[in-house]
Amino acid sequence: MKQFFAFVKKEFYHIWRDKRTLFILLGMPITQIIIFGFALTNEVKNSKMAILDFSKDVSSHELIQKISSSKYFDVSNVLTRYDEVEPLFKKGKIKVVLVIPQQFSNELLHANQTKLQLICDASDPNVANTIVNYATAIIKDFQNTIVQDQKLPYRIETEVRMMYNPELKGAYSFVPGVMALILMLTCAMMTSIAIVKEKEMGTMEVILVSPLKPFRVVLAKAVPYMLLSMVNVITILLLSVYVLDVPISGNLSLLISESLLFTITSLALGLLISSITDSQQVAMLISLMGLFLPTTVFSGYMFPIENMPLPLQIMSNIVPAKWYYYIVKTIMIKGLGFTYVWKETLILIGMTVVLFAFSIKNFKTRLA
Amino acid sequence: MAAVIVENISKKYQVEKTKVTALNGISFEVAKGELFGIVGPDGAGKTSLFRILTTLLLADAGAARVEGYDVVKDYKEIRKTVGYMPGKFSLYQDLSVEENLDFFATIFNTSISENYDLIKDIYQQIEPFKKRRAGKLSGGMKQKLALCCALIHKPSVLFLDEPTTGVDAVSRKEFWEMLQRLKLQGISILVSTPYMDEASLCDRVALMENGKILAIDKPSIINSKFSKPLWAVQSNNMFALLKSLKNWEAVSSCYSFGEFYHVVMKSEEKGSREIEEFLMKNQFQEIVIKQIDANIEDSFMALMHTSNE
Repeated sequence: MKQFFAFVKKEFYHIWRDKRTLFILLGMPITQIIIFGFALTNEVKNSKMAILDFSKDVSSHELIQKISSSKYFDVSNVLTRYDEVEPLFKKGKIKVVLVIPQQFSNELLHANQTKLQLICDASDPNVANTIVNYATAIIKDFQNTIVQDQKLPYRIETEVRMMYNPELKGAYSFVPGVMALILMLTCAMMTSIAIVKEKEMGTMEVILVSPLKPFRVVLAKAVPYMLLSMVNVITILLLSVYVLDVPISGNLSLLISESLLFTITSLALGLLISSITDSQQVAMLISLMGLFLPTTVFSGYMFPIENMPLPLQIMSNIVPAKWYYYIVKTIMIKGLGFTYVWKETLILIGMTVVLFAFSIKNFKTRLA
Repeated sequence: MAAVIVENISKKYQVEKTKVTALNGISFEVAKGELFGIVGPDGAGKTSLFRILTTLLLADAGAARVEGYDVVKDYKEIRKTVGYMPGKFSLYQDLSVEENLDFFATIFNTSISENYDLIKDIYQQIEPFKKRRAGKLSGGMKQKLALCCALIHKPSVLFLDEPTTGVDAVSRKEFWEMLQRLKLQGISILVSTPYMDEASLCDRVALMENGKILAIDKPSIINSKFSKPLWAVQSNNMFALLKSLKNWEAVSSCYSFGEFYHVVMKSEEKGSREIEEFLMKNQFQEIVIKQIDANIEDSFMALMHTSNE
């Protein structure tokens, strides 16, 4: 045991003295959270809108007022003629044009019916859809204020309630995603690199010719990264609660234990990578291509898995991050307990056992 | 019983698509407390041999025992008893001298103080720099530290793979003096080197080339077996001299050695007079010719010459 601790201590020296890597390791979750939280958001806000108002009456003014006061739209241009619309779109200055016909107020109040036109830049279909939805909602709301006092014979009101994430914040889905990503990277990539580094520097040669059990060597190398990952988990959780206003609805200790489990899964993956490679570059490449990419694509936090073709959906099942992402989302966002994630937890445990078995079997007690 | 017994060890590597023979049926024994040298040029198979003996590689054929333990079956026992210093500097560059030593002491279940007397002579020389990172040490100091780390658990057999390669002449001399002192402590030492002059410092040497052992014996005996007279030749135009000597059919072998060429004639009757005549005829000036005693390198060249024929 004394040997084991000496090895762990030595490993901490390595990490501590390589300030650049340490900075990346501990800084990565912070930058990731900030980038995803503020820069890379798929919420549509402050879309530039142009108004082509042919009516210029009380109702149209009220409508424009209502739209421009919402956080979704920024009225940037006021047009007077139809042929001004297309050049504006071509310049990419605006996303949407609202066209209000002549006699808008008149028709609305006396004919009980009028039409509005929305012209939208659909080069990004998702954004266009969202914009149209927002605009329609505001217009509908505007209509409701007018008809408030009148009794209509038939009316269906839909009342929508967004469960777990009432404000539809993107942060609710990417915080679990970033957690999966960071844990995967720090554990799998850093351990595999750290072990392969010993091979590359020749120190493995000396370590092997010693009474230390080879597999203990590898475990000792993994322990510091496990602790570091736990620090990262706590950083991410603190940032998400205090900076992004994403609360932890579920049990914190359950969340931490599940994170520990996923850390161990990632470590096992790192060990497996280190046992099949001999150079740091290859280890890094395999970690990035083999872990980073599948984690981002298949965990479901960027691209919904249900939208993928069936073969990819099936493939996503072997990505450990998918299960961890699901677990974190269930515990942290939905606030549910262990009974809702035991199946996923079992899958992760199974994966860990298989990966460990493989890497033990693959571990070489000799050089070649 | 011998400290190291090697029987018919062979090892081949797959390099791209061809098989390269690193070791070709090697056998030798190292007695307890002996300083045994393995001398040979780069690529002779020295490192492969060391790795097989330190249980890092498996031989394709043959058997080897270290301190009575089989290198394949009892590799765990061997790893507890031997000290190994690889050819490439293999300590942690970002740990200090003291931390490295302490680490290796701990993983061998011992402490610096426990075996301090064994490494004292060597460690005292690097102790002033004990807070310095190992990566920042000079080549000679690195080797001394590596030797300390290999010695800290009091091994009964010490394997040193080219410990003096890339080390300055003064440090090399010091290093060999240390080995002589360690020998007195009863440690069997197996050391490899590409430097022929170091061979004479060993109790016995094995001359290796292309995976084969050309000769094993005490350095003095190997030299005394050098049968033909040896001539050292010098002239004003050394480059042309080498060319014409090599093209002269009376010469058996000719190679440079310091500022002379060492020449062996095919016939022992031909001596300095014939060589001088030949050189005069070929317009060389300032000719110096003297007969010399063979050293280990001459023996090696002669052995290589015969094994190639």
